[in-house]
Amino acid sequence: MCTDHLRGGGDIENAETNRYISEDVDQRFILLDFARVPLTCKITVDVRMKTSERIIELLLFLSAATAVLIVALIIIFLLKEGLLVLVKVGIVDFCLGMKWNPIAIAGEPSYGIFPMIVASFYVAIGSLIIAVPLGLACAVFLAEIAPSWARSILKHAIELLVGIPSVILGFVGLVLLVPFIRDHFGGWGFSILAGSIILAIMALPRIISISDDAIRSVPREYKEASLALGATHWHTIRKVILPSARSGIVAAVILAMATSIGETMAVLMVVGNTPILPAPIYDILDPVRPMTSNILLEMSYATGDHASALFATGIVLFIVVAVLNVISHTALKSKMGTRR
Amino acid sequence: MTSLIPPATSDRAAKVMLWVSASIAMLTLLFILGYIVVQGLPVLTLSFLLESPRLSGAEGGILPAIVGTFCLLLVTLLSAVPIGIGAAIYLAEYAPEGVVTRIISFGVECLAGIPSIVIGLFGYAFLVIYLGFGFSILSGGLALMFMILPWVVRVSEESLKAVPGGLREGSLALGATKWQTVSRVVLPSAIPGITTGVILGIGKAIGETAVIMFTAGSSLLMPTSLFDPVRALPYHLYILASEGISDKMAYGSSVVLLVMVLVMNLAAVAIQRHYGRHHVRN
Repeated sequence: MCTDHLRGGGDIENAETNRYISEDVDQRFILLDFARVPLTCKITVDVRMKTSERIIELLLFLSAATAVLIVALIIIFLLKEGLLVLVKVGIVDFCLGMKWNPIAIAGEPSYGIFPMIVASFYVAIGSLIIAVPLGLACAVFLAEIAPSWARSILKHAIELLVGIPSVILGFVGLVLLVPFIRDHFGGWGFSILAGSIILAIMALPRIISISDDAIRSVPREYKEASLALGATHWHTIRKVILPSARSGIVAAVILAMATSIGETMAVLMVVGNTPILPAPIYDILDPVRPMTSNILLEMSYATGDHASALFATGIVLFIVVAVLNVISHTALKSKMGTRR
Repeated sequence: MTSLIPPATSDRAAKVMLWVSASIAMLTLLFILGYIVVQGLPVLTLSFLLESPRLSGAEGGILPAIVGTFCLLLVTLLSAVPIGIGAAIYLAEYAPEGVVTRIISFGVECLAGIPSIVIGLFGYAFLVIYLGFGFSILSGGLALMFMILPWVVRVSEESLKAVPGGLREGSLALGATKWQTVSRVVLPSAIPGITTGVILGIGKAIGETAVIMFTAGSSLLMPTSLFDPVRALPYHLYILASEGISDKMAYGSSVVLLVMVLVMNLAAVAIQRHYGRHHVRN
């Protein structure tokens, strides 16, 4: 009958259950014993499920399917609105076009978002350059050397930092960071540098908490073996613990990059928003306009092809972020795979 | 290693660096919070909280924005909680192993990764235009729901899975049906974890701006129905700051916004402490 479904419990219990079955007691009692079976396992004994139970399960299934439905609708609507321009201009010309001039007074409007794609990556990578070393150091600190009081303070601080709305960070950047950069480094103040710093502050907690988890999940024996061989604690961290936690850390970094590219408000308020490449390209004091800012700034008055071009920007943004997320998840999964 | 620096010294130096890094992170946070609070507290008066803005926000208060934020959150809460918990129950208790379940989990992950501005765009095209909700509390609240739904699902699912199997078995053994078991036994023991997750989700929604910009409108009038546009507090703050209307008012709004988020976070921490079993990770 159903004995092959018995996965849970020890052998003795299984044997006992089998005995019940063989004694041919009332079916319902057998069922009770099967309640030991993990619930994910379908019990195929003939039970007449009540209609109400069926309806409830259906409702639960529908709410679970909502998330998929929303994702599908998002893709459909982005395509519906954005494809117009993507087809008209051509995907390649749209992504690699240098000129964004949606409201041409004379002549044809042009929709090229290459400078914005570059800007999105530029600002995000800039934020990683700041946040990764700092975040990793904090994670190592948390996992390895922090006394418990420091750990609890820092942990709470990180939770707080996650909670600060991005518009507030943008505002602080606007009133403090932008003038500071203008006065001390020159330029306009609204710049790649300002955007990167603000994004770094936002990325920090994410990098810290995922890396902290990754470091803590390195088997204790690795560390003990290394220490027993006479390595110092720091040497152990650098040569044993960090390499073992590498995939988790990589996942954290890529995830942080995805969120940075998708971040809107904080960047928008400090980055200057001129839709051209910085000149020269390495000038981090130049203002740029990431894809997110482009959508947000122009959506309120865009119509026709212009609006469609903004949706198309959304499509590109969506794809970039989705790809990064998938890479990050794969990195995390492979970590899970190699352990145990 | 052929380093010239003795191991003990480098060990020491490295540890100092780690302490310094952690301090930098802490100080950055304290500085930001401290700056906002110091600048914003003097602005916080009863009239600031209870008056309507005048001169597009340069004077007066922020009451409509606060009310607007609460209305949006109410819609978000009322839609995200049933759907989110329902989805979590399905995933944790019912879902058979298989393609469908994997697609659902993948959908939840996907939704979590979608940038807020894209959700805003979608909300505009779908809720505002296609469904004809217009710029309204309903559109804004639902768009925020899209954003926090994966969060609510994930946290609730984790809390449900953390309920010991013995409870389910006991209930089933007493002859309860699956739904009776889930609703009367499993769900109550997972409630603290779920509540924490929902509160943190709402905390995220409070500060979200890009999502509501094209969905909730920017009216500074008091809303009278679900279909009225509102300007939520973070959007108000954005307009005050970016259009240079009034830094003073912007600081005040920041403090109010910050306090709302902190209250949510503290409530979540308090619940977690009180029941202290299930840790919710950010």
